[in-house]
Amino acid sequence: MNCEQARPLIAAYADGELDAIRILEMETHVQTCPACTRAWRELQQLKKSVRQESLYHPAPAALRRSVLVELKAQTRPAPERSFWPWLKLAPAFSATAVICLAALLTVTLSRPSAHDQLAGELVSSHIRSLMASHALDVISTDQHTVKPWFNGRVDFAPPVKDLASQGFPLIGGRLDYVQNRNVAALVFQRNKHLINVFIWPGNEQSATPAIDTVLKGFNLIHWSQGGMTCWAVSDLNQTELLEFARAFAS
Amino acid sequence: MEARERLQAFEQTVLPHLDAAHNLARWLAGNDQDAQDVAQEACLRAFKFFGGFRGDNPRAWLLSIVRNTFYTWLRQNRPSITTVELDDEALEIADPAASGETLQGRQADAEAVRRAIAALPVEFREILVLREMEDMSYKDIADLADLPMGTVMSRLARARKLLQKHLAREYPSGGPS
Repeated sequence: MNCEQARPLIAAYADGELDAIRILEMETHVQTCPACTRAWRELQQLKKSVRQESLYHPAPAALRRSVLVELKAQTRPAPERSFWPWLKLAPAFSATAVICLAALLTVTLSRPSAHDQLAGELVSSHIRSLMASHALDVISTDQHTVKPWFNGRVDFAPPVKDLASQGFPLIGGRLDYVQNRNVAALVFQRNKHLINVFIWPGNEQSATPAIDTVLKGFNLIHWSQGGMTCWAVSDLNQTELLEFARAFAS
Repeated sequence: MEARERLQAFEQTVLPHLDAAHNLARWLAGNDQDAQDVAQEACLRAFKFFGGFRGDNPRAWLLSIVRNTFYTWLRQNRPSITTVELDDEALEIADPAASGETLQGRQADAEAVRRAIAALPVEFREILVLREMEDMSYKDIADLADLPMGTVMSRLARARKLLQKHLAREYPSGGPS
């Protein structure tokens, strides 16, 4: 590949839009051509400048709240207007029994396993926590503030640690509700990703962190430590999430 | 689907991309209040059309709605700001490298970059934001903005050249201190 062929491809090369063969050709050319090396560096520099985190405008909490409020208002069922609504329903009563029976059968047959149900609940809780107003009951990067906050709110003492030195700063905690019980939720951050760690007492054998499930694009890692069941949920990639869980468990 | 289930599904598939929606709206509209109006309106529209969403890229889908909402909003609320029909071929921009107008390996500070991006024509700005901040592929941007891929690539190239020129002017010599 010569310079004339390479120059128009530099942007596509930097943007990861070339196929494997072209990438190799470009690599070889750019290494040996000072002009293309310069153009490549300039472009990388420009890309970096535009990608600075402070130039990104994440949604403010107020927007999240008002979107949710609007959506909920739109989906609220219309109020009953009929004066004697039950009269209209009378003929349906006998049919209702049949439908109930059918529904019961369907529910029983299609009920997700306890495990899938738990995974679904955890992911839902995680997603709800991304709606900023719900994320944190106690906002603190100090484990010695977050841990006592749970006193009297849950009937156990969850392990709390700050992993800022490993690149996962603690940003707070909240009370959550999973599997019909109060659980402690700790929230950590990795770049723009939030990690929720759900903790409650469990009597399972000590298990080391492992990827348990991938659900709706979220990774779920499960482990246990000190008589507690722990789940980490995040859209962070599996490698880093595992690294996080191991640091938390250690 | 029942209303509550529909809302739940929407919360799980579409709303996680609210940050992206707001970021795009903010860069298009140029200020906080208008950006929030556009992003909110786009979410409500998305919810209305959610029943018909079959794709596997909810983020691109939501962003295309943000984009459409923005241009509708612009026509209705800021008719004085007209977006020019870009003649992509006619807009020849000199290669900044040729005139030495480059960053020469320096990282520009965020404020300067913010001004430079904001100064781009909106048609260039949106492509740059989608590519660099949302990390979208040329193909996804082309689909989202309903443009040929060649146009996406040429607008991106022009956006970058303009940006380079603008930033080089901010740091004429010696670089930022």
